[in-house]
Amino acid sequence: MTFKAVIWKDWIVFLNKIASNTISAVVGPTLYLLAFGWGIGGQVSVAGQSYVSFVIPGIVAMNSMSVSFGIIASSLNISRLYDKTFEAEMMSPITPVAYTMAKVAVGIGRGIYCATLIIAVSLLFDRSLVLSPYFLLVLALNCAVFSIIGFIVGLLIKSHGDMAKVSNFVITPMSFLCGTLFPLDRFPVLLRALFEFLPLSMAVTGLRQGAAGPNSWVVPAVLAAWCLVLFPVAVNVCKKAE
Amino acid sequence: MIEYQNVSKFYGDLAAVDGISLDIPDGEFFGLLGPNGAGKTTIIRMTTALTAVSSGAILIDGEPINRDLSKTKQRFGVVPQYTNLEAEISARQNLDYHGRLYGMDTSLRKSKIDELLEFAELSDRADDKASSYSSGMRRRLMIIKALMHSPDVLFLDEPTVGLDATARRNIWDLLRNMNSQGLTIFLTTHYLEEAQALCSRVGLIDKGKMVQLDSPSALIASHGNYILEYFKDGEMVYQFFNAREEAVKASEWLNASFQVREANLEDVFVALTNRRIAES
Repeated sequence: MTFKAVIWKDWIVFLNKIASNTISAVVGPTLYLLAFGWGIGGQVSVAGQSYVSFVIPGIVAMNSMSVSFGIIASSLNISRLYDKTFEAEMMSPITPVAYTMAKVAVGIGRGIYCATLIIAVSLLFDRSLVLSPYFLLVLALNCAVFSIIGFIVGLLIKSHGDMAKVSNFVITPMSFLCGTLFPLDRFPVLLRALFEFLPLSMAVTGLRQGAAGPNSWVVPAVLAAWCLVLFPVAVNVCKKAE
Repeated sequence: MIEYQNVSKFYGDLAAVDGISLDIPDGEFFGLLGPNGAGKTTIIRMTTALTAVSSGAILIDGEPINRDLSKTKQRFGVVPQYTNLEAEISARQNLDYHGRLYGMDTSLRKSKIDELLEFAELSDRADDKASSYSSGMRRRLMIIKALMHSPDVLFLDEPTVGLDATARRNIWDLLRNMNSQGLTIFLTTHYLEEAQALCSRVGLIDKGKMVQLDSPSALIASHGNYILEYFKDGEMVYQFFNAREEAVKASEWLNASFQVREANLEDVFVALTNRRIAES
């Protein structure tokens, strides 16, 4: 019940701003698709496919990551430091586990909403994307991992200004280094090994190769492992956050 | 019953709360009076599981408080000093969200929301966003939000800070009304007239320590009901007397200008700590 309460409230807040939420979610990805789809995509092929076909799963993964992370991190940070509504929620009977789960569910929902919009826009450029239960599973796990990271960051960061630093030093580098815009095999072996198991790299690989790819079970398994490791950390941070 | 057993809170070497022991029985209107930084808010934050206790224990009906205890948290409502409303949703939705967080079913939520909005005279603005409310309206909304789940104990941290005299009196009437219906109220304030007007018992707190604890009238009577106030050697002198006649008689020997008046909690606080409550 309390779990559903948090989701209900975030849903109401989302509906109140649905137009701006929707427009802001598609502007960036549409520009990427214009630049890499029409601008470069027609003349370049990567890994045996057109560049636009290659880059769409990367853009879906990258944007769902940044939306899931950003929505949860900034809303929690604001509610903790400015609106003080986080305190009101912590004084209520909701347990830290239920609260963390609810916020992660909100992050997954917002990430999937954003991904759906991007996929709809991408149909204007390319129709080779294969949507399957496996695709949805990988997408949801990607959103879950980054919602949990956003949850931890939102509760730990001591000023809203520092949120931009986390984005600059963690989220933005990951956006470019995890195989979203070019294949990981262009990196030297050591760097490739370092980046390969980052959650975004896993998600990009899963969304790009689909269930038919080699060792396709590895992707959801690694993403689920990230969730399992990070979730207790998030709950613990929630228990101690002031 | 809320029990504080030798409760302390340390931030590094600084004791924000230092060995407080106190019992608050059901139905009491209890006030904690002290200057800013005395430790009042920290006590409320520890009682409501927002801040961990460094040592000692806080028990509500014998159960120690912590953030995992859903049942215990169900028993209290909290009105913090700062606004903690969801600004982007309406007053009705704020109350609805609170009710959902406390597991209230739909029909109970609906009837309670209408009842409380009427009680706080906010029915005609119920569907406006909380961000559009005046300070007094926000404060009233925060109070009814804390009452939404029918708590047994209401904690109010400086509930009338920043409000004009009329809004303050309205809040006082609201609180008296709720206490008369059996609600236990724990109020912190640095307004002595607020503590004196509302509370059946007052704890005077300074630098994290409870300096005295009794009813307002007993606290005053223990020092003297009247004050002879005069200026001597560059500073104000306050002398307590049990009767006005005694104070007037003592003033006959003074060469300086003086004033005889009824003593208040501020005088008691100054006598005990050598500091004014307004100092901070």
